[in-house]
Amino acid sequence: MPGRESPLQSETPQGTLDMLVLRVLVMGPAHGHTIAHAIERGSEDVLQIEHGSLYPALHRLEDRGWVASFWGTSDNNRRAKYYRLTPAGRRQLAAQTTRWEEIVRAIGRILKPSTE
Amino acid sequence: MSWRRFFRRVSWDRDRADELRSYVEIETDENIARGLAPEAARRAAHLKLGSTTRIREEIYRMNTIHPLDTLARDVRLALRGMRRRPGFTLAVVLTLSLGIGANTAIFGVVDGVLLKPLPYPNAGELVSIKHVAPGLNLNELRMSPTQYFTYRDEGRVFQHIGLYGDGGTTITGNGEPEQARLLAVTADILPALGVQPQLGRLFTEADARPGKGRFAPVVILTHAYWQRRFGGDRSVIGTRLVADSDPVDVIGVMPETFRFLDMVPAPEVIALIGFNRSGLGIGGFNFSSLARLKPGGTVADANADIARMLPIWLNAWPTPPNTAGRQQYEKWRITPVVQPLKDEVVGGVGDMLWILMATIAMVLLIACANVANLMLVRSESRRQEFAVRVALGARRDDIVREVLVESLVLSLIGGGLGVAVASGGLRVVVATAPTTLPRLADISLDPRVVVFAIAATLCSSVLFGTLPALKLAAQRGVPSVGTARGASTSRERQRTRHALVVVQVALALVLLVASGLMIRTFVALLRVEPGFAPDADVQTARVWVTPQQVPQPERVTRLQHEILDKVAALPGVKAAAFASAVPMEGPLRVALTPIFVEGKEYAPGTTPPLRRMKMVSPGYFGAIGTRLVAGRDITWNDIDGRTKVAIVSENLAREISGSPAAALGRHIRPTRADPWREIVGIVENVHEDALYQAAPTFVYWPVMMDNYNGFPLLETRAINLVIRSDFAGRENLLSGVRNAVWSINATMPVFLVRTMRDLYGQSMARTSFALIMLAIAGVMALALGVIGIYGVIAYVVTQRSREIGIRLALGAEPTQLKRMFVRQGLALTTVGAGVGLATAVALARWMSSLLFGVEPLDPPTYAAVVGVLAMAAACASYVPARRAAAVDPVQTLTAE
Repeated sequence: MPGRESPLQSETPQGTLDMLVLRVLVMGPAHGHTIAHAIERGSEDVLQIEHGSLYPALHRLEDRGWVASFWGTSDNNRRAKYYRLTPAGRRQLAAQTTRWEEIVRAIGRILKPSTE
Repeated sequence: MSWRRFFRRVSWDRDRADELRSYVEIETDENIARGLAPEAARRAAHLKLGSTTRIREEIYRMNTIHPLDTLARDVRLALRGMRRRPGFTLAVVLTLSLGIGANTAIFGVVDGVLLKPLPYPNAGELVSIKHVAPGLNLNELRMSPTQYFTYRDEGRVFQHIGLYGDGGTTITGNGEPEQARLLAVTADILPALGVQPQLGRLFTEADARPGKGRFAPVVILTHAYWQRRFGGDRSVIGTRLVADSDPVDVIGVMPETFRFLDMVPAPEVIALIGFNRSGLGIGGFNFSSLARLKPGGTVADANADIARMLPIWLNAWPTPPNTAGRQQYEKWRITPVVQPLKDEVVGGVGDMLWILMATIAMVLLIACANVANLMLVRSESRRQEFAVRVALGARRDDIVREVLVESLVLSLIGGGLGVAVASGGLRVVVATAPTTLPRLADISLDPRVVVFAIAATLCSSVLFGTLPALKLAAQRGVPSVGTARGASTSRERQRTRHALVVVQVALALVLLVASGLMIRTFVALLRVEPGFAPDADVQTARVWVTPQQVPQPERVTRLQHEILDKVAALPGVKAAAFASAVPMEGPLRVALTPIFVEGKEYAPGTTPPLRRMKMVSPGYFGAIGTRLVAGRDITWNDIDGRTKVAIVSENLAREISGSPAAALGRHIRPTRADPWREIVGIVENVHEDALYQAAPTFVYWPVMMDNYNGFPLLETRAINLVIRSDFAGRENLLSGVRNAVWSINATMPVFLVRTMRDLYGQSMARTSFALIMLAIAGVMALALGVIGIYGVIAYVVTQRSREIGIRLALGAEPTQLKRMFVRQGLALTTVGAGVGLATAVALARWMSSLLFGVEPLDPPTYAAVVGVLAMAAACASYVPARRAAAVDPVQTLTAE
């Protein structure tokens, strides 16, 4: 059904999965498996994700033109679908990061009233 | 959500499946590298990934246009279900295609004849103009030339008004003398219709100067005649032809699409009527008239305008001699009857067509009830399936929608086939329809008819699909999955099915009553003694001597006598005679005259009632088969010796003297100034116009008389030969007749060659057409009703087979069981017949315009129909009942 949330989205703040994926792709093209592990490792396993949930997000990003995909060969010689960041995706990441930082600062101020 | 994605999602899904597989491969590789066994490594990878199906579904759904998607799925499901039950599908599709097809075909006829405008621009402005004369008890008085002039000059509501008439003209000059069918018009008729010539020009007022003959010396040809006679030669304009011995110039050719109202047979030559205004008087109501109203004008305006002009007309023109002057016409109380031209063209068939449409619509209703019943039975047998699906999480809406989609798919297939049925049916209708059915050429399977078919299809799918769907939707609570089949079904469901059967039986009864009444009408018509022999061995043919060919009246009659002698001498001819008209030739040959009877008092200035009249030769009654009741026939001696004699019909004789024999020797005359003529013979009544119309009172005069109605000597120039011969209708007789005529005058054409059987058949045609159509509807209705009863009883038997088994095991008599089921079928029939009878009684009076010799509430018809229905119902329930009695108790009890 449209509007139904994927499990991963329900565990991570709204919209953040997209941002995380885009962030991972800044390092260069990667396939789904790499991205999933990169997010897990990058968050020091705080963000436990069902790896499958990544794929709908990838599909959505591709559909919006923020990432592009191509079939390639993985390090261990498997055929894999690679994703890379498009210029639009790069701009989107920048915008989202800025916005995210604003929100975090705002929430931080509320949760920890400035004592300094 | 976009259509592109919607259509590409299948290939995308394949791509996604590959991608997920590649994830599993890579993860497995890494797990193995971490030291897991291959099997465990793969399982761990799958766990890490989660359900691939769910992921693919989620992505697939992202690209879904939801309602469309489910629709496509439901359609697939419906088609699969239909393939699995070919019997059910075939029954439904056949029923629907016949129902929709028949409806579409009849709608095609209704549309072509009644709904489509006439093929002229702004046809809604066209009206026909007639009069009635209640003072004369005349319900149709056509128009006289002077009325035309007054209306044209003084009228306020007409753009154009004109006169027309038909007839024949002899075209000579190239080849055999040929009788061309003539349309005679005043100059304003064609502009009033808004038609244009293909070649040349139309008539103008300047052309309308009286020529040497009846018409102005210019003609326009129709396309068909131009092609036939001149091979489509464009240089025909300006050609000089000889029409009735007068030179005429061709000034135009009409386009192929031109049709003049519904004139049958179609005109070939259009001539211009040229009146000599100074010679005209009040009388001569011999022309038809049509007019184009000014934009915004109404029929009521036109009636009022003509009513205003009638006194002006009466005072402006001289009255003819031998009449009692203006006061006489005032006593006629002439009243205008203006009606839309289309009504005039369509005439009385509107009633019949709407009745047919209604009956055929009823057949479709019955068909829908039948299909609804089948669907109910089917959804009944699928209850368990639905229960399982609901238990597995299907929503009730989904199931209801599925049922609706299934009915839609079924009716679409039925409708598609129905259009095919309709296109075939229309062809049959057009081929078999009576030539008296107007506008046959306008009947076709055009887009409007197809739209109707689509609408009928959708309506029927709603009609038969809603009920089962509603039943499903109304199911409360979770139906039990474990319900064994064959257990008793809820009473409420049975009630619905029974109600449907009752409706079917009721509608079938109504239709059967309609066809029954039609059959009675047909039989009553066959029993009517026409007053002539409607035989195939009575040949008629028209011969016309123009004043140009033979001016003197005496010579005309002598020439006709010579022709008759030659024809009588032809091999195989048993009798030959002639008359001014033969029965059932149509309204154009109607001639009327007032009749004064000697010894009766007539108030000054009054006119006695009008009678039909006909000029006959000696031997006419014998040849046509009209019995001489009393007295004697006219003889050639009477004609040559100018004896003043007449023959009257039996009904007129009774009116004059109370009994036929007493009328012999009485004297009659057509005007006060005429000499008296003695009634020497009485003949039986003749249904001259149509079998279903009363026989008119008739006066038969000799073909030549002196001192008649102001004529020193009156001859009969247009005659119908009546020839009784075994070779009637065969070419050797016809060529013999033609040669006999031409041996006497080589410029006289022989035309309108028909046998009395043809004329009689034409008169029966409309009734037979209605009869055939209603009979088809009635038989379809009966068949569907019987199938409905059979279906319900058969289903009940299957449902109760366990119970039957138990009863049989406990010693029930098979006969008794059979009777039980038959009784149930008959009970349904009784209720249905009751409802049907009430409906039929309420509706039957609508049919009265089609009926003859039978009351709309004819008890024998109703009794017979109920009898037939009861028999059919008994048979329909007996067949499944016998199956019930044949149930093997052991098998049914141990089953399941």
